[in-house]
Amino acid sequence: MSADPSSTGCTTLLEATDLELWRGERRLFNQLSFSLGPGELLHITGANGCGKTSLLRVLCGLTLPETGEVSWRGAKVMRNRADFHAEMTYIGHRESLKGELSAAENLSFDLRLRRDVSDADIDQALHRVGLTAARDVMARGLSAGQKRRVSLARALACRARLWVLDEPYTNLDVAGRDFVDQMMTEHLADDGLVLLVAHQSHGVSGGRIRQLEMS
Amino acid sequence: MDVPGLGQAFLLQISRDMRLAFRHLGQLANPLMFFIMVTTLFPLALNPSPQLLEAIAPGVVWVAALLASLLASESLFRQDVDDGTMEQLALSPQPLALMLLAKTSAHWLMTGLPLVLISPIVAYGLFLPSNAVPVTMGALALATPILSLIGGMMAALTVGLRRGGGLLSLLILPIAMPVLIFGARATDLAMTGMASVGAIYLLAALLLLALSLAPFAMAAAMRISLD
Repeated sequence: MSADPSSTGCTTLLEATDLELWRGERRLFNQLSFSLGPGELLHITGANGCGKTSLLRVLCGLTLPETGEVSWRGAKVMRNRADFHAEMTYIGHRESLKGELSAAENLSFDLRLRRDVSDADIDQALHRVGLTAARDVMARGLSAGQKRRVSLARALACRARLWVLDEPYTNLDVAGRDFVDQMMTEHLADDGLVLLVAHQSHGVSGGRIRQLEMS
Repeated sequence: MDVPGLGQAFLLQISRDMRLAFRHLGQLANPLMFFIMVTTLFPLALNPSPQLLEAIAPGVVWVAALLASLLASESLFRQDVDDGTMEQLALSPQPLALMLLAKTSAHWLMTGLPLVLISPIVAYGLFLPSNAVPVTMGALALATPILSLIGGMMAALTVGLRRGGGLLSLLILPIAMPVLIFGARATDLAMTGMASVGAIYLLAALLLLALSLAPFAMAAAMRISLD
């Protein structure tokens, strides 16, 4: 279990050192280290239940690892949560939408915690993911794919440097999957960072792509 | 990146929670209905003589208020954790303690404040002397936020468990005892025409203590539950 060592000598933004995590009696990973710089994508693969999502949760600061630490711009994440989270966005298994709020209201709340956005910004974000017509539909009335698109709109519009994407292709149609590839490609070209957990191969071109195979 | 200020985030969270609560009012009315039902059942079940009701009124009002807030605290964070919005909140650049305090405040506005406002009517039904009503309202206005904060702390701790309901009441009740004692005492003292200001001060002190410590305890407990 090791990251591809082909990283060139550019600055490191995200760094994980010697991570170890146990879940009950099982050790999910041990001595896991990698670093990620601007314009790099780390594609994490592995069998079901091997701890990919747990690794992402450790990296975003939701779960405390048994040993090791994660740092962002050289500062430990656990001690500088606010600074780290201001530059990070996370798409998890669940869509994190309130069923009783409309797509636009959901988006507006999540974005306004992070930066000042106008209603036009929100409309534009929904337009980019093709949800203009569903703007005022309650989230519980959206299809699974549409909910995923709202999550994508949130990731796009919050202008985070680091994207942590856990199976972003779930529930999306072919056009939607192409859109995810395209938005990741643009983000990498913009010197962004992407942590991607996905079973299938992605269609990202450009940027530096690295693999992490978990066992 | 400049992140919006704390006050703005606080108001944003409160307004979102209020909007959500108004979209399903039924759930919202539950604790209030419980409070009214319990206090009206006593005169029906017991001998409805004014002397008896007057004697038990402080106890009935306060126990009902305590149980109503207990009932309400179960649902405080449950939905947010289940639908994943709590995860996003924990990953936002805003301090989790502040956001949970905002959620608890919104929750109090929707469940605690109605109890305070309805209490004069309930007190009238129980033949509580009218000179004790303002004191009871004031004491309830101080006590219900304390109960919401205690409930929030314990709800954050047990929200990771699938069936934390029983455990939740077990955790809240002992800590909420001082509130019940001083609250009922304030009403009692006011009924007999004595100065109840001491009990009120103690409740105010408890509220300040809860306000300053509970948000951090809630945030720490929530991070453990989300782990």
